[in-house]
Amino acid sequence: MKKYNSADVPESPRIKLLIEDLFREMPQIESDRAVLITESYKQTENLPIIKRRALAFEHILENIPITIRSRELIVGSATKAPRSCQTFPEYSFEWLEAELDTVEFREADPFHISEEDKAALRRIFPYWKNKTTSELASAYMAPETKLAIEHNMFTPGNYFYNGVGHYTVDYGKIIRVGYKGIIAEIEKEMEKQDFADADYAERREFLESALISCKAVINYARRYSDLAADMAADCSDPVRKQELLTISANCAKVPENPAENFYEACQTFWFIQMLLQTESSGHSISPGRFDQYMYPLYREGIDSGTLTREFAQELIDCIWVKLNDLNKVRDAASAEGFAGYSLFQNLCAGGQTKEGLDATNDLSFMCIQASMHTQLPAPSFSVRIWNGTPNEFMVKCAALTRTGVGLPAYYNDEVIIPSLMSRGVSLEDARDYNIIGCVEPQAPHKTHGWHDAAFFNMCRPLELVFSNGVDEGVQIGLRTGDINSFLSFEDFFGAYEAQMHYMIKLMVNANNAIDVAHRVRCPLPYAATMVEDCIGRAKTMEEGGAVYNFTGPQGFGIANMTDALYAIKELVFEKHLYTLADFKEAMIHNFGEPIAPKGAQRLTKQVVNELVKAGVKVTDKQISEVCRTFLINETPADKKSKYSRLREMIDDCPKYGNNIEEVDLFARRVAYVYTKELEKYKNPRGGIFHAGLYPVSANVPLGEQTGATPDGRLMATPIADGVGPRSGYDVKGPTAAANSVAMLDHGIASNGTLYNQKFHPSALSGITGLQNFVSYIRSYFDQKGMHMQFNVVNRDTLLDAQEHPEKYKSLVVRVAGYSALFTTLSRSLQDDIIKRTEQTFGG
Amino acid sequence: MENYLQAKGRIFDIQKYSIHDGPGIRTIVFLKGCALRCRWCCNPEGQLYDIHPMMFNGKEKIVGQDVTVDEVLSVIAEDDFYYRRSGGGVTLSGGECLNQPDFAPHLLRACHELGYNTAIETTGFQKWEIIEKYLEHLDYVLMDIKHIDSAKHREFTGVPNELILENARRIAESGKAELIIRTPVIPTFNDTPEEIHAIAEFAASLPGVTKHHLLPYHRLGQGKYEGLNRGYGMGDIEPPDNKHMEMLLKVAERSGLHCQIGG
Repeated sequence: MKKYNSADVPESPRIKLLIEDLFREMPQIESDRAVLITESYKQTENLPIIKRRALAFEHILENIPITIRSRELIVGSATKAPRSCQTFPEYSFEWLEAELDTVEFREADPFHISEEDKAALRRIFPYWKNKTTSELASAYMAPETKLAIEHNMFTPGNYFYNGVGHYTVDYGKIIRVGYKGIIAEIEKEMEKQDFADADYAERREFLESALISCKAVINYARRYSDLAADMAADCSDPVRKQELLTISANCAKVPENPAENFYEACQTFWFIQMLLQTESSGHSISPGRFDQYMYPLYREGIDSGTLTREFAQELIDCIWVKLNDLNKVRDAASAEGFAGYSLFQNLCAGGQTKEGLDATNDLSFMCIQASMHTQLPAPSFSVRIWNGTPNEFMVKCAALTRTGVGLPAYYNDEVIIPSLMSRGVSLEDARDYNIIGCVEPQAPHKTHGWHDAAFFNMCRPLELVFSNGVDEGVQIGLRTGDINSFLSFEDFFGAYEAQMHYMIKLMVNANNAIDVAHRVRCPLPYAATMVEDCIGRAKTMEEGGAVYNFTGPQGFGIANMTDALYAIKELVFEKHLYTLADFKEAMIHNFGEPIAPKGAQRLTKQVVNELVKAGVKVTDKQISEVCRTFLINETPADKKSKYSRLREMIDDCPKYGNNIEEVDLFARRVAYVYTKELEKYKNPRGGIFHAGLYPVSANVPLGEQTGATPDGRLMATPIADGVGPRSGYDVKGPTAAANSVAMLDHGIASNGTLYNQKFHPSALSGITGLQNFVSYIRSYFDQKGMHMQFNVVNRDTLLDAQEHPEKYKSLVVRVAGYSALFTTLSRSLQDDIIKRTEQTFGG
Repeated sequence: MENYLQAKGRIFDIQKYSIHDGPGIRTIVFLKGCALRCRWCCNPEGQLYDIHPMMFNGKEKIVGQDVTVDEVLSVIAEDDFYYRRSGGGVTLSGGECLNQPDFAPHLLRACHELGYNTAIETTGFQKWEIIEKYLEHLDYVLMDIKHIDSAKHREFTGVPNELILENARRIAESGKAELIIRTPVIPTFNDTPEEIHAIAEFAASLPGVTKHHLLPYHRLGQGKYEGLNRGYGMGDIEPPDNKHMEMLLKVAERSGLHCQIGG
């Protein structure tokens, strides 16, 4: 007999209705949380910060408006309006203050905000001046670091402006023991304390704060119990009335007490998931191995006949919908980098148990089913694949991929487990890994991974080699020498390494400054109650309470740098057809091509700044004329043909992504410049740095900040996505591209790599198509690729969606590590998705 | 041949991740030169054995390349992982791969030695003695039966069909490779129920044959004729619609074979 039941389960009619309600209105910004935390902070100014955080959390949960949406079975909403968000002024507020009137009209991720909420926020913002994590982080940073950030060498903006998030707490434990159990654990720790202990004060404060947090959550659930009971009393529909009474009973019982059936476990799960995102604004709070920790009560229900598969599926579907009810407003620039209203709540199925046995169960299949039913961007759904993964499971995953929802993302246990172990994670914990956020693996509920710590643009240091460390007239990098002084390719490459290493060092400085700022100003007592070994050490994660600690900033631009450096090696140092000065000249002139608007804007700013610095007064008219000149980029005909000839020669050089061993090995070396250097550094929580190789969607906005590159890439155009080849330059089909990508060392990038592929649905037609697709993934994984994900859409669909967004409101595409609603992406990102090489398959 | 890995042949393309010409994920090697001139041919650049230029995306490119078995093999071997995982392998197509008997059988043998299964996609228009040389190293033969009526066959392809039908029977009787019959469904040529029925009945009469694939006409090769400075023999004829294909599928299935639309 099979170990699992993989049969399809039908969709409850409730689900479509819940989704319709969810997407009816534009998301809103609500002010309740910000107002409440300000009230609380004003009352607690003399208390230790940990206690202030706990009391503020308690105050919020006691007073924030609660609501049960129509037809819901799982309750708990962070906002009154669906798909809306609260704000978190303790991290940063200036950007929001500046954008209050424009946030509704911006291109990426717009939010509505009422005049009333605007006024409320404007009233509290002044209190937060000089009290935020971002202001403190800034104060901790070296001046060189700030300069590099100003010049967009890297952007640590995510944690600079927001909470950190990026953890998976112990959902299973709360389901098993309830907060009652956690409270008992805390009280036991308190009893162990002696008045004369040297660390008495800090331990005491932590434990008391943890206690306050648990009790706050229990009381919050009781508010829902009361609300459901009240609504039931007023409800004339007998079916809904009964549902509300059950909800009321559930919320009276959990999460305080252990869950005793699958429904209660779902409700416990949801309270945790939602309230973690009320405590802080960190995103990528990832549910992790849902199919594992939810399984015991599912099994018990099915075996005892008290639970049907249909009802279990309906509850899971409800959770999937609820995950889309949460939202977050980011500053305009970050919104472009993380486009698609995504919270990156990554949920994982399949893989191995801690003992190394196959972990696939009924729920693994039902998770796939839920994504098929709901067809929504959240959760970011991941599947773990190992050599023993049943074929049936992969075929069902492939069927989900075929729907075009951009899910699931496929992960390779055979690479990730040893990779985590190489960072000091135990065998058992490594086997138990789940995915955080986009693509980052970690040992669940034991790790503060600080994944996603910064975007590092690997193209920018190469620009500094050409300018001897000067950017926009300012010396921001090292003086690596005049370009005419490099006598060999190795000299030149050495200069690139030197610029890279210097910028990596500054990025580490930035990350560690921000890390300390979170420890000092925003320790999180609630999350700490569910992460090992915070209670034992009486420390929050921010203070180093977790068993494993990492900082994982992600580099991107490997394909561009490989092609660029390879072209220089061949054209300058081997064939001697061009000099580095020729390259520099052509790049400054954008290879004679017109400059994209964002690039022209940047150049204009630079010119104007220089003029102003020199004391020249510049009029608006003059500014627009300068900008126009750049846009047109009138290069004399002879120069223009010279530049475009060079660009053609560059195009003819061998390219990454075509299964050319020499180039692919070169790519491996280029990636090492980032990944190996980063391993040297430590973070303030006692952990180490390790690299990720993926850009989320920042390759587009940060590409706009990047000049033309020696791979022939034009100024201000997107940088290649993830570890994949450049758009349009992988011309030998999907197997050749995957073989090239697999040549990178994925194991060293223990913070994750990302390989996006776009497939036409015809490649997955019929059971044969699915089977071949599965074999394709397996073959990439055999070669030690780490991650793969797919957009299955046709080009025409996407073009039509650009023209008629109203028809495609729910069109989901996968954008670098997560799924997003296509129509909510900025035009340039949409274009990039369309341009990505369409892999066509014979027939 | 002493050193068969050095045997030389002439190809014009190698296509990876092909999933419609034999089982699993395959690499197709297109051999240059074909005796037939099918009006709908989507690879007209493969018809001549000569190496010649053509226009492609506004640029001139040379069609055809002389290669050794060893050279082709090294490209094929790049997808080793994919063949093993999918039960795929190598398919020779063209042009007509049967026209290079001093090259293609050696290539097939070399593939077998690496553990890849082999297939040819063929018109079957060749002397039996030559075909026999191929069969030694073949697992699948995907063979076109385009029409039962020889005159009409000749009108649309340039050659009569007697030799083709006879070869189909001899391949089937040899029992050396699995024979799969394929019919390109071409409007104005063979897309009536009667014509498809006749082909299917013939296929069903071949010993051991169980599969018949109906491949709907497509125009994807049309642009190549322009690039070769040649007229397109099919004019504005539209591909058959799905409904018509489904109907023909039903007709073909009456023969008792496993029939499918597409490869």
